[in-house]
Amino acid sequence: MTIAIIDYGMGNLTSVRNAFAHLGADVVVSHDPGVLRAAKGVVLPGVGAFGEGMAHLQELGLAQLLKDEIAGQHRPLLGICLGMQLLLDDSAEHGQHKGLGIVPGKVRRLAPPPHDPPYRVPHVGWNHVEASKTEGLFKGLPENEAFYFVHSFVCQPERPDDAAGWSEHGERFVCALEHGSVWAAQFHPEKSHKAGLALLTNWLEFVASC
Amino acid sequence: MLMPRLIPVLLLMNGQLVRSETFTTHQIIGDPLHEVARFNEWKVDELIYLDISRTAGLAQGRRDSGNRAYADAMEVLEAVASHCFMPLTWGGHVTSLDQVRDIFKRGADKVAINTAAFETPELITQVSKRFGAQAMVVSIDVRQTEDGYEVMTRGGREPTGRDPVSWAKEAEDRGAGEILLQSLNRDGRGTGYDVALIEQVSQAVTIPVIACSGVGVYEHYAKGLKAGADAVAAANIWHFKELADRGGKRALQRAGFDVRM
Repeated sequence: MTIAIIDYGMGNLTSVRNAFAHLGADVVVSHDPGVLRAAKGVVLPGVGAFGEGMAHLQELGLAQLLKDEIAGQHRPLLGICLGMQLLLDDSAEHGQHKGLGIVPGKVRRLAPPPHDPPYRVPHVGWNHVEASKTEGLFKGLPENEAFYFVHSFVCQPERPDDAAGWSEHGERFVCALEHGSVWAAQFHPEKSHKAGLALLTNWLEFVASC
Repeated sequence: MLMPRLIPVLLLMNGQLVRSETFTTHQIIGDPLHEVARFNEWKVDELIYLDISRTAGLAQGRRDSGNRAYADAMEVLEAVASHCFMPLTWGGHVTSLDQVRDIFKRGADKVAINTAAFETPELITQVSKRFGAQAMVVSIDVRQTEDGYEVMTRGGREPTGRDPVSWAKEAEDRGAGEILLQSLNRDGRGTGYDVALIEQVSQAVTIPVIACSGVGVYEHYAKGLKAGADAVAAANIWHFKELADRGGKRALQRAGFDVRM
C-alpha cells in the first residue's frame, strides 16, 4: 500500500515523510501524476502562502487531478496545514485566490483584530483540539488532546458536518476536516509526538479500508 | 487555549554538543543526538538547535570519544530531524535562501537567523515570502551595558549600536514569525531571565517571543512568561537535571500556567 506525499515545492515534506516511514508506511514523495494515481492514499502537506501553493499545483497539472481523480473518485486524500486550506474554494491570504474547491468554504485570517490585548498571529504552539467526531481522525484519542499548530489563516467550511475538530485562539475555529474520503488537519500531526502519530495511524487504517 | 511552550536549546560546536556561559566559555557535553532521543521520549514541546561553531561547515567530531563523527553540521541536522517528531528550529551560519532551502529539505521546520538577518535584512523577507513567516525566526543576542541594551551579532562579538526593541520591530515588519531573544549577560549564569528585556521586546511586537538565557531553576520559567514571552527556552538546565521537561512543566503549573504535560 503506497502513500504518496505531493512534492509541490511548498515547505517541509521531510518531516511528513519521516513520520509515515516511522509508522511503517510505504511512502513516496512525488509530483508525478502517474505516481499519485497509482498510490492508495495521497497526502497534500505544505507550508507557505496559499496563492503560491495553488500556482504550483496548477503548474504541475495536479489541481484538476486532485479534484477529479482523487477526491472525485472518493479516494483517500489527507491535507495538512496549507494542504488543508487549499482544499477549500478560496482564500483571502494576500489578495483573493481560488482554491481546489474540493471542500465548500473559504479561508480567512485567524482571530482578526480588534482584540485587547491582540492575539499573537501566527498561532504558534500546542493547543487543545476538541474532536467533533468519535470515528475518523481522532478515533481512540483522548478528549482535548494537544497538537502543534503554526498558521495565520483558518478554514471556514460551509457545511458544519465537514468539521471534524475545533480549536481556539482568539476565536473558535475548525482545525480538522472530514469530507467523505478527504480528511485534513490544520495542525501538524507529524510534529505532534505520539498524538500526531496516532492520528496518522487512523488515517492509514482508513486508507487500508478503502 | 494556546499553551505556553517550554523549549530546550541545544548548542552544537564543531560537531559536539556543548554548554555555554556568557557566549565565551564552552564545555563539551557529548554526542549531538543523545539529547534529542531523550527529548523525544519526554515529548518536549519543541526543540531549537543552534550551530555556534566559530567557523561554518566544520564538524571535527572527536574520534576518541566513540561518538559518530559527522562531516558537517547539515549531517547532524539530518540525523536529528529523522528522530524528531516535534517542531525543530535550526540556526547558525545561515546566510542565504539556498541554505534555508537545504535546511528545510533536511527536515527542519523553522530557521533561526541572527547575524545575516541583521546585516542583510532582505533575507528575512525572502525567507518569509518563500517559506512563510512561521518558518522565519529572527534570533537576537543582546548585551546590557551601563547605557542600556544593545544588539550584538557574530556570536556576541560584534556590537551593532542598535536597540533590541527597534530591531525586533523591524524584524517583524520585514516578515519574521518569531523572535528568539537571548542575553549575553545572562547566558549560562543561572540567575534568571532578563525580565525587563523580555517585557520591552514582547510589548513592541505582536509575533511570539521566545525568551532564552539565564534559567537556573525551574521557577525562572514562569517569570519569562509573566514578562510577556510566549515560549520559554533554556539550554544548560536540560543537561544537568533529570526529567527536566516534567520539572519545568510542573513549576509552570504551580505558577498557574496551563502547559502540555
